[in-house]
Amino acid sequence: MKPDISTQVGAIKIERPTMLASGILGISLEVFDRLYKDGAGALVTKSLSKEPWEGYPNPTVVGVKTGYLNAVGLSNPGAPYFAKMISLNKTVPIIVSLVGSIPEDFDFMIKQFENVKILGYELNLSCPHVEKVGLEVGDDPELVHKIVKSVKSKSQVPIIAKVGLGSSDYLETVRVACESGVDAITAINTVRAMAIDVETTRPILSHKIGGLSGPAIKPIAVRCVYEISSKFDVPVIGCGGVSSWEDAIEFILAGASAVQIGSALVDKWVSVFSEINNGISKYMEKKNFSKIKEMVGIAKKF
Amino acid sequence: MQRNFDAPTIVTIEKIIDETPTVRTLVFSDEVLSNVLPGQFAMVWIPGINELPMSVMISQEKGKAAFTVRKHGVASTELYSLKLGQQVGVRGPYGNSFTVKQGKILLVGGGTGLVPLIRLLTFLKKTDDVTLLIGSKTKNEVFFEKMANQILEHNKHQVIVVTEDGSYGKSGLVTQVMENLLSETKFDAVYTCGPEKMMYKVVQLASSKNIHVQASIERMMKCGMGICGSCCFGEVLACRDGTVFDGKYLLTNKEFGYTHRNKAGMLENY
Repeated sequence: MKPDISTQVGAIKIERPTMLASGILGISLEVFDRLYKDGAGALVTKSLSKEPWEGYPNPTVVGVKTGYLNAVGLSNPGAPYFAKMISLNKTVPIIVSLVGSIPEDFDFMIKQFENVKILGYELNLSCPHVEKVGLEVGDDPELVHKIVKSVKSKSQVPIIAKVGLGSSDYLETVRVACESGVDAITAINTVRAMAIDVETTRPILSHKIGGLSGPAIKPIAVRCVYEISSKFDVPVIGCGGVSSWEDAIEFILAGASAVQIGSALVDKWVSVFSEINNGISKYMEKKNFSKIKEMVGIAKKF
Repeated sequence: MQRNFDAPTIVTIEKIIDETPTVRTLVFSDEVLSNVLPGQFAMVWIPGINELPMSVMISQEKGKAAFTVRKHGVASTELYSLKLGQQVGVRGPYGNSFTVKQGKILLVGGGTGLVPLIRLLTFLKKTDDVTLLIGSKTKNEVFFEKMANQILEHNKHQVIVVTEDGSYGKSGLVTQVMENLLSETKFDAVYTCGPEKMMYKVVQLASSKNIHVQASIERMMKCGMGICGSCCFGEVLACRDGTVFDGKYLLTNKEFGYTHRNKAGMLENY
């Protein structure tokens, strides 16, 4: 029998364990629909704010030896515009990523999606390159508590907190998020980093400091998934440098119920989802696993 | 060291050619960009200012490439105003390219949209019968006419300039002249790049005669490599799936000729 690669992240059920990570390609329903048909199990939107944001001037993305560095600056059309755009969605499994500074920002945005078909929300507590949001929120346990509690009381769909490596202990952010009612954790966001051009002696990104993604951060992300799933009873989505089926399996063995994919699109473009799904399926067949959940976290027993 | 195509390689402006009062060509040495395919672009970093997608212009000197820029926004004006010896960063090339056909070839360009078409001319066979239509508002905005004639000197060819105010060449819209040509001649392929309203009309006209037509489209771009999503155009990404698309596809894309996205990703009308 063919293995079943559908998976469940808490109450979120998806047909395939590979999601599109937030920040990547996520501004149009037509693109989501295409990526879903190309094999993505779920699509996480770009982080939406109350108002439209233009983001930073270019350069916003630059390649480094082992990945990519970006400071796009959370450009997005704003939650009201976006909610309207996806309002007719019936089939595409969308997770809406939200970014804000205070509970009221999130309350406003959740209201926009009340009558829209979505799988859940992912709260961006970890963008490393925009002031007063993202990591600056994630690094403040009191604020994390207030935001998660407020969102939880108003949302009709599950809530995921996306955490990253900021200036405080990320496990403390996870603990507070879990105690405040979050349904799952995505780990990790990009890692604060920088690149300087030696010929011109200038930082390359217009924002100077950005977030590092791709193969360089994968071992860090695997460690975080392993730590979170060891310490807390919460479903985890692994994110950071997934570019092959082996990477996806590694995250699952560390404790992830699904993975998110971003930078790997540069090399493999939209075929990356089906390629990884097929690889996972073949691995399961070879190793005699019939369901994803049989593999989740089994590296922890050693 | 192996070149990282996604990180800027620094090049120096070696030559500046004034094409019109608002358009300049900046020439630099770069082996990789000197050999790109027609339609491919580079991301051009103007240090301290911005980074822009630019179609890669040919240079008649080996190992050199160029950018032809019109000053209109802040960043393009900075690029236009660079002096000899100043540096920019280039990454890429990115994007697909025109499919080179043979036979009777028609190219329709407007403004700096001529850049990929001029490169395409260098990929045509000597046996091709080539017609290039250059659309412009007025006489002093016409450029590349002489260069196109030089490139095509061994081909059967014609370069027709069309100005909207009739101050040079034929008078009217380039698409009107194209319509007349289509009624006289059976072309094997049509290629276009320029203002989107113009390309829309070109694609419609060619498609109505069942002629193979391709257009190179432009959208707001940030990463240039298919991850940020800024340049999404229906379900495709201009930077990654394009910038060249078949007319058959374009006519199914409801954004073509009508809308594009701003920096925040909101659709705006042309």
